[in-house]
Amino acid sequence: MTSLATIKKEFPIFQRRVGGKPLVYLDNASTTHKPRSVIAAISDFYTLHNSNIHRGIHTLSEEATELYEETRKATARFINAEVPEEIIFTRNCTESINLVARTWGTTFVRRGDEIIVSALEHHANLVPWQELCREKKAKLLVIPLTAERELDMGAYQKLLSKKTRLVCVTAQSNVLGIRPDIKVIIKKAHDVGAIVLVDGAQSVGHRPTNVQSLGCDFFAFSAHKMLGPTGVGVLYGKYELLEEMPPFMVGGDMVATVEQHKAFYREVPWRFEAGTPNIADVVAFRAALDFLTEVDLEKIDAHDRALWTSAHQMLGTHSRVRTLVSEKCSATSVLPFIIDGVHPHDIATIFNSEGVAIRSGLHCAEPLHARMGIPASARMSFYLYNTPEDIVAADRAIRKIFRIFSTAKVV
Amino acid sequence: MDDYSETLLDHYNHPRHTGALRKPDVRIVQHNPLCGDSICLDIAVTPKMKIRDVAFTGSGCALSQAGMSLLSEYVIGKSCTALKRISSDDMDMLVGTRVSPGRRTCADLGLAALKRALTDIENKMKK
Repeated sequence: MTSLATIKKEFPIFQRRVGGKPLVYLDNASTTHKPRSVIAAISDFYTLHNSNIHRGIHTLSEEATELYEETRKATARFINAEVPEEIIFTRNCTESINLVARTWGTTFVRRGDEIIVSALEHHANLVPWQELCREKKAKLLVIPLTAERELDMGAYQKLLSKKTRLVCVTAQSNVLGIRPDIKVIIKKAHDVGAIVLVDGAQSVGHRPTNVQSLGCDFFAFSAHKMLGPTGVGVLYGKYELLEEMPPFMVGGDMVATVEQHKAFYREVPWRFEAGTPNIADVVAFRAALDFLTEVDLEKIDAHDRALWTSAHQMLGTHSRVRTLVSEKCSATSVLPFIIDGVHPHDIATIFNSEGVAIRSGLHCAEPLHARMGIPASARMSFYLYNTPEDIVAADRAIRKIFRIFSTAKVV
Repeated sequence: MDDYSETLLDHYNHPRHTGALRKPDVRIVQHNPLCGDSICLDIAVTPKMKIRDVAFTGSGCALSQAGMSLLSEYVIGKSCTALKRISSDDMDMLVGTRVSPGRRTCADLGLAALKRALTDIENKMKK
């Protein structure tokens, strides 16, 4: 059993130093670091099994195909999909969402239909729907936030109608860490006959996901935010929905037979994976899924929450620091804050001088920042390898900010 | 970069040449779409094409705002022709640190506004 107390040792990157100081990594909502097993899996694939998949008769191709398909099975198990065929590999979560917009969306959304998104969405789960609505002359509606910055479920209820075709919502905000009640959102959408796409990028590596008990129709995420390699995205879709969808991209690998003037496409899910996929990284993603399963997602969730709470309390001891969510809200893992008189970019620069990596700016969520009336924010985000010492380092960085920006600038 | 020089912080807390010119020859609004920082820069030139006066308003991080303030002091009295050669290296010199790649667009926000202003002035004079 892997213990969270010593887990940092499994991640080689923590051996390096930044500006002479040990690396403290609090930018996990952007991407996560890779355990030795994932790095080894990439190397092993190229060293031992490298080949193209789904076509060769030779041993290497058969091994590569099997490894690739094993990850599909492991991914299905990880989120409790009914069958592995409900798992499509893409390049990233953004591509997964675009796939739905460009196939299901262009086929089934019609003029006058309504698509509902939430005010919390990352640009990846907003812009594809803006585009689709513009194209189809459909209407984009937005679930607003309450004063506590939770999703306003009363307002959501009012937005739903017979016109609602699709609801697109995040399982966890990448800016605020807020976790909307996805299950209720899905249930209410289904009650009016709409389908639901959940952006699971921030949540799937941090707590258990069960797409069947949630009842969601599509669930999108990225491997790199859950210890896996970059360049691998996942789209889960209910089999019945996937079957009705036209291909996303067309060409090699996704065809059954091709005549000179016409092509016939393969079955689901291969129909949606045109061209040679990112085989090595998909294969290595399996190691990340195994790692998370062995550690136990329930434990990771509890660990994140403990760190989040302690970081929230640490920030609360500094009068010039303002957290963007209260300690009692549904948020975890992701902790956004601002400091009076100090721009988030300056905050991140000084954090970096202490070896602490955080994110600053708009975090691909510009409309959310506009809604909150702030030009940008700083964000700490936690994962399984973070420790209470990391929060001490963050505290040290904040004290340094106050030494440098000793008085709040009068704006 | 990790050091904020005293000069930089002084210019951040007390920016010079803020406000607007009554009769600017050119006004440029420059945004950094990555972080929302902005600068509105007014420039007036002499008949001999030297920078007569500069004024700016803006919002954003210490680097972008102090950078513009330092740049304002630097450009006044200089000829437009000479200023066409101004570069990111000069901004590093003005802010007193080697700016990291991630902060380049912050430090160069004022510089980008200045360069557009110089082009506009040049085009105006051609007419």
